[in-house]
Order: sequence, then C-alpha cells, then structure tokens
Amino acid sequence: MPTATFQILRGDANKGNFESYDLEISEGMVVLDAVLLIQAKYANDLAVRWNCKAGHCGSCSAEVNGIPKLMCMCRMSDLPLDKPVLVQPMKAFPLIKDLVTDVSWNFEVKKKIKKFKPRKPDAEDGTWRMAQEDIDRVQEFRKCIECFLCQDVCHVLREHHLHDRFSGPRYFVHIASLEMHPLDIEDRREDLKKTDGIGFCNITKCCTNVCPQEITITDNAIIPLKERVADRFYDPLKRIFRMFRGKK
Amino acid sequence: MSGYDTYNYDVLVIGAGGAGLRAAIEASAQGVSVGLVCKSLLGKAHTVMAEGGIAAAMANVDDRDNWKVHFTDTMRGGQYLNNWRMAELHAKEAPDRVNELEAWGALFDRTKDGKILQRNFGGHKYPRLAHVGDRTGLEMIRTLQDHCIHQGVEVHMECTIITLLKDGDRVVGAFGYERERGRFKTFHAKAVILATGGVGRSYKITSNSWEYTGDGHALAYDAGAELIDMEFLQFHPTGMIWPPSVRGILVTEGVRGEGGVLLNKNGERFMFNNIPELYRNQTSDNEEEGWRYIQGDKNAKRPPELLTRDHVARCIVREIKEGRGSPHGGVFLDISWIKKKISNAEEHIKKKLPGMYHMFKKLGDIDITKEPMEIGPTTHYMMGGIRVNAESQMSTVTGLFAAGECGAGLHGANRLGGNSLSDLLVFGKRAGEYAAKFAKENNAGILDEKQITKAANWSLLPFEREKGDSPFDVQFALQEMMQQLVGIVRNETEMMRAKEHLRLMRQRSENVRVTGNREFNPGWHTALDLHNMIITSEAITMAAMERKESRGAHFREDYPDKDPNCGKFNLIIKKNTEGQMIIRQEPIPEIREELKKIIEEMK
Repeated sequence: MPTATFQILRGDANKGNFESYDLEISEGMVVLDAVLLIQAKYANDLAVRWNCKAGHCGSCSAEVNGIPKLMCMCRMSDLPLDKPVLVQPMKAFPLIKDLVTDVSWNFEVKKKIKKFKPRKPDAEDGTWRMAQEDIDRVQEFRKCIECFLCQDVCHVLREHHLHDRFSGPRYFVHIASLEMHPLDIEDRREDLKKTDGIGFCNITKCCTNVCPQEITITDNAIIPLKERVADRFYDPLKRIFRMFRGKK
Repeated sequence: MSGYDTYNYDVLVIGAGGAGLRAAIEASAQGVSVGLVCKSLLGKAHTVMAEGGIAAAMANVDDRDNWKVHFTDTMRGGQYLNNWRMAELHAKEAPDRVNELEAWGALFDRTKDGKILQRNFGGHKYPRLAHVGDRTGLEMIRTLQDHCIHQGVEVHMECTIITLLKDGDRVVGAFGYERERGRFKTFHAKAVILATGGVGRSYKITSNSWEYTGDGHALAYDAGAELIDMEFLQFHPTGMIWPPSVRGILVTEGVRGEGGVLLNKNGERFMFNNIPELYRNQTSDNEEEGWRYIQGDKNAKRPPELLTRDHVARCIVREIKEGRGSPHGGVFLDISWIKKKISNAEEHIKKKLPGMYHMFKKLGDIDITKEPMEIGPTTHYMMGGIRVNAESQMSTVTGLFAAGECGAGLHGANRLGGNSLSDLLVFGKRAGEYAAKFAKENNAGILDEKQITKAANWSLLPFEREKGDSPFDVQFALQEMMQQLVGIVRNETEMMRAKEHLRLMRQRSENVRVTGNREFNPGWHTALDLHNMIITSEAITMAAMERKESRGAHFREDYPDKDPNCGKFNLIIKKNTEGQMIIRQEPIPEIREELKKIIEEMK
C-alpha cells in the first residue's frame, strides 16, 4: 500500500508548527480517516472536530493543501502523494488548538438576524399551502450544513477581518432563505445594508467555489439580496416618494 | 482538583439533537430558565444525519391514514413489546409536531395540492414520512436550532457531562467539562432532561458518530434509574460497505421507498423468499404489484423490501452467509433499475435522493442512477434505554427526564423508520413541558460538594498514570468485541465470552493513560467515554442473554423462534445498592380495551 506524509498544524493561538506523520493509505481513504488514524496511533491529543463522516454535518472543515474543504469528503486519491499533504485549521477564525478553531462568532451573528415570521395560515387547521416550484430555490439554501468554509474563504473576513461589520456568505444564504421563503413576512433589507454589511461583498464567488453542498451562493443568494437592498434604498423614484411620505 | 464555574437553571437539557432542542424550546415556552448542553457544536448532533423523513399520519397522500393505523403499525413493528401508551400518544401527536415545524420555517417537499408530501417507508402501511429529499434530519435540526436561539435558552456547546448530581433520591444537577479548555462546569437545576441519543459507538460498524457513547443511558443508570429493552439494538439493513473507510455510513431507507430493490449476486430479489406471517396480508408476492405500490396504487400491497428493518437485515445476513453476497461482503441495492419503468429516472433519483447520489459518487465512485450500490447492515439505533413515564417522560428517578433515543418504550423490539424523528418531537416536547412543570413545583435541591470533587478527581486520573493503554486502543478492542460477540446474530456461548471480555475491559479502561493537557484533548475525552460505553455494552449483553427467544431486532441462533411467553414481559436493568448490575422481567401492563380492539381490527 502507498504511504503518504502528512504535515499537520499542531499548536494553539500562541505558537504552532507543522508536524510530520507517515501513514499507509488504503483504498477509498479520505483525509479525515488519516487524521483520525494519526490521532489514535501517534497523537492522542490531536484536536479535530468531526461527526458524521459523510458530508452531512459540516464539522470537519479545514484547509487541505491550502484549500478549504471538508476532510471527510476529501479523497486521498485526489491528492498528489509525492509531496506532503498539508492539513491546517481554517484561517478566518481564531485558533483554539491544532485543527480546531473558535467559530462561536458565527453563532452570534445568526442570533442577530430577525427570525422567521410566517403569514397567517392558509387553511383552517392552521397549515399552509405552497407549490413545490415556489420553494425549490429556498430549499437550495436550506441545504447549508454550516461548515463555515464560505466564511473561511471570504476575503472580507479572511484578509480584512471585518467580522464586526460583515455577516459573511453563510448568513447571506440564511437571510436569503428567510427573505425568499414564501411564508415569511419580515423585512430584513435595512439590516442587510447596515448591520450585515452586504455592500462589502464584491462577488468574487470564492464562497460558491468552496461550498461542499454546491449552493450557488453568489448568484442565487447574494446578488438577489443586493438587488433587493438597491431597490429599497437607491431607487430614485422610490426615494422621492419616501421623502414626501416622511420616511427615511 | 481545580475549580469550576456554576450555572443555575430551572431546567437543564443534556443533548441538542432533535429531542433536546424540542425539549429546550418547550421548557422555555413554559416560562422557566433553560440551559442546554451539547457535546458538539450546535446543529451537529446525529439528528442531522437522519435522511428519510418524519412519520406522522397526516393523510396528505393517502386519505385512509390516521393515528390508529400509525399506532397499529408501530405496535406490530415493535412486536407488541412497546409501551402502548407511548405508541398511542406518539401516533396522535406527531402530525401537530410536524405542522409546528412548518410554522417555524421548515420547508418540506410538497404534494401537487401544496401540502406536505409523504413517502413510503418500511413497516408503514401508507405513505407517511414528511421529508425533504434525503436530508430531512438537517431540515429538522436547523429549524429547531434557529427557533431555539431566539427563545432565551443558554447554550453550552462542546461540553460533556461526567455525572448527574443528586440530593437524596432526586437529581438536582450535573457536572462536566467543556472541551475547549478542559475546564469544569457545574449545573444546578431543578429538573434535568437527558436527550443524549444512542450507543452505536460501542460497535465497529456503525452509522453513529463519535458522540454516541451511551452517555445518557450510563448517567441515568449510575444515578439509580432503570433501563428497559436493552437487548433491542437496531441494525439498519443498508449501510455503505465499500470502500473500507465509509463502512457503516447510512444509506437511507428512502432508496427502497422510491423503488430501490435488494439483489444477491445472482441478481435475484431475495426478499420475496421469506415474508413473515405477521406481514403476509400486507406484502406483495410479485414484482409487478410491488412497483404499482411504489407508484401510489392504493390497491397494491407493499414490496418486501419495505418490510421492517430487523427482518430485512436478517435476510441480508442470510444471503451473505449462504454465499450469495456481493464482492465486498454485502448485497446489492439497486435504484437505477427504475429507468426501465419511468423515462426521467436519472433526474428523479437525483431529485429525490440527492445526498445519496452525491455521497456514492464522491466517496464510492458509484453513480447510483446507473449502477447498484453495495450495502450491508450497520449498527444504527438503540430501542432500549431509560425507562420513562409515558405522559411526562420522567425516569424512575425524581427530577430526571429522558427523551429521544436515550429514552425507551415507544419502539419495543424494533423501530420503524421515520418513527425516530417523530419520537424526538413528540416526547421532546412532553419532556420539556413536564420538566418545566416539575421545576415550577419544586425548589432547587442542594448540591453536594463531595459528589463534585469525586467526579472531578476521577476524571483527572488518566493524566496521573505513568503508563497504561491508549484509550483509543481500548475503544477499538471494545468495538471489535461487541461487533463479533453481541451483534446481529447472537448465542449463549459468545455472549458468555463477551461478559468476560467486558470485565477485563472495565479493568483496562480504569488504567488508560492520557498524554498532553486538558485543552481540547480527544484522548482524554475518549478515556472518559469508555465508562459509559462499557456500562451500555454490559446492559446490552445482560439483556440479550436473558431473552431466550428471537424477536424484533434481537436474534438468537440458539433460540431462533419467537416464544409467546417472552412476549409478555420487558427486561429491566438497574444498579443495586452494592453497585452491581441486576436484571428482572416485568410483565407488560394490560393494554387498554379500546387500543386492543384497534389492533385486532387491523390485523
């Protein structure tokens, strides 16, 4: 069986360096298998998050050879094994230890987004009627597994660290899933502009490229939201109309 | 020991999967303060892996469905060992719980007239599973999570409970550590709800993640609560088997619900060869009728692939044992064949089973729209668990409640697919409601510092040992052993050996050594999990030895038949005052006349 060398970042926020581990590679192996084997064999205290091992839960996000990925869906056979496989934690979040980062900021951002608010039920028994065609696009957004790889790769967060002014692609997908929900009657456009900072996104589509659920984040979520914001705040006719009505 | 932080709540919920989240939402809606503790990040619990759907008799697709049929299906699937009151409440309340999810933002697939679509599943007479493609669990957990975070519930992520704290006979809190820094946390609560899920991690081939180490089962047992039905462990018939690294990962029953068939290496649909008596009236005996059922023909009977999981898993094992298995030791599950029946098969499969398509393509190099999958049974779900009161979900220990997989009673000897997600909702809500009520009616008990110190000291022992086994080695040995000796097919001799192995493993687990420090140290976490894994493994083995018959998920080759006398009792496990595990038979309470009649009428 072939052997591969892994260089895994070990350390915490204060100091860290890459340590090398050699491992035999078996058929069908993914990077997460390798990391867990290294943990069991050589480094019991190697910190890593994982759960489902099948791309459903979004826990094992990391950067493999510099590319943000779910380790459980990253096949060894897709990597060049003639050089070391580099495994490091997501860069956009503070490091806790080894491959584990502090992603708590994401959970805080979500809390601030106005929650789902449905219209009155359609039927007397308190239920609603919706056509499949009308929910298809929202179901795409609801595929999100909150792996935060889109947040990790987004330069607004990764390079410019605007965490306090920008909610990031994950939450634009979340807001899109609420705003385009056929039953929702809440308005989140002002928040999108002011607190979520959607204007900072300059649609480089990095988020779409790394999404393991293949959600077309930029085209289907962010751009339509930007249009809604523009329509609400920058449409000249509506501005005049609002001026006379005494609204902002 | 080092210090700890203390948190005070009316209700503490341990576990944040479907049941824990639903319980927290309900308790908080009742106006009490709620703390929620989970081992992983919020939204990553195993509910997220549920694929097929939520069983609820909403009759959106087939108007003949109602709670009575659902109740009867559940009892039949559980071979009548179920707590019939729980089965009744579950069948009656599930539709409301599903509709409630929609009111909180869930978007289920739709029928043509705009209602929630329902699909076929094993053991359910009519199409009954509300679903979203094959990612229903994700939809459910995300909906609950997003609703919960606006309810004022305080969440402690990546926190593991080591022990429950007692004041006399009553549970008054819990003590544990947070993973990030390894710091201790004490929770003082008027009521505690366990919603910790299953035990699958004690087996080598499992669909469960690292979290499922029987924590709730063991915490309750150590606190003096009774466990019930521990011999009934569900092996899901269809787990991935190749390549080795994905072995055990779940392949949804939805594949069969959409028309997938099971084939042996000769291409034979072997499920037609053995249809149990209990289901003969409901099962088709030819391929043509089975397909009509899948297509929604109300006069057609179910294809045998949609028999209950216990039966399907055993048929698969038989095919493999008798030399008719697939190259990697499983059988074939084929959905691609439906292209012979419908023109847009490829598109249909991708639409209804997108996760399965993606998973096999990515991890197994298989295109399920074109070729069959190779599958085999995988340890999936624990029917047994903490014995609870049907209405309130309180365990046999005052102040301690349980819901979801770690609670028990609803499923009897075998759970029907889809009944788990509805179980989480129905009994999660009930646990939250009654725990809140209990909290309002009782004062906070007194925390005993000695119990805290004892637990803290115990948890740090692995760091003090100069030598000893790696906790991972002990875990692997346990998984290998349970798989071999207390698996799908059981017998007395092997289980006697398992008992002896467990005694030795207990000793080994008490001598494991951990390197490094307390900061996010998986070696340490595993060392502490071993205690729970061994207790649950002991309980499974003890109950499996005691039940000398084959019924539901429990199959003994030395007692291959069902024994009517054994259908009259449940097995109860408890820790006695000397700290020993003891077992006893307890007669099943006489079923209410009205429910008995319903079962008779639908036979």
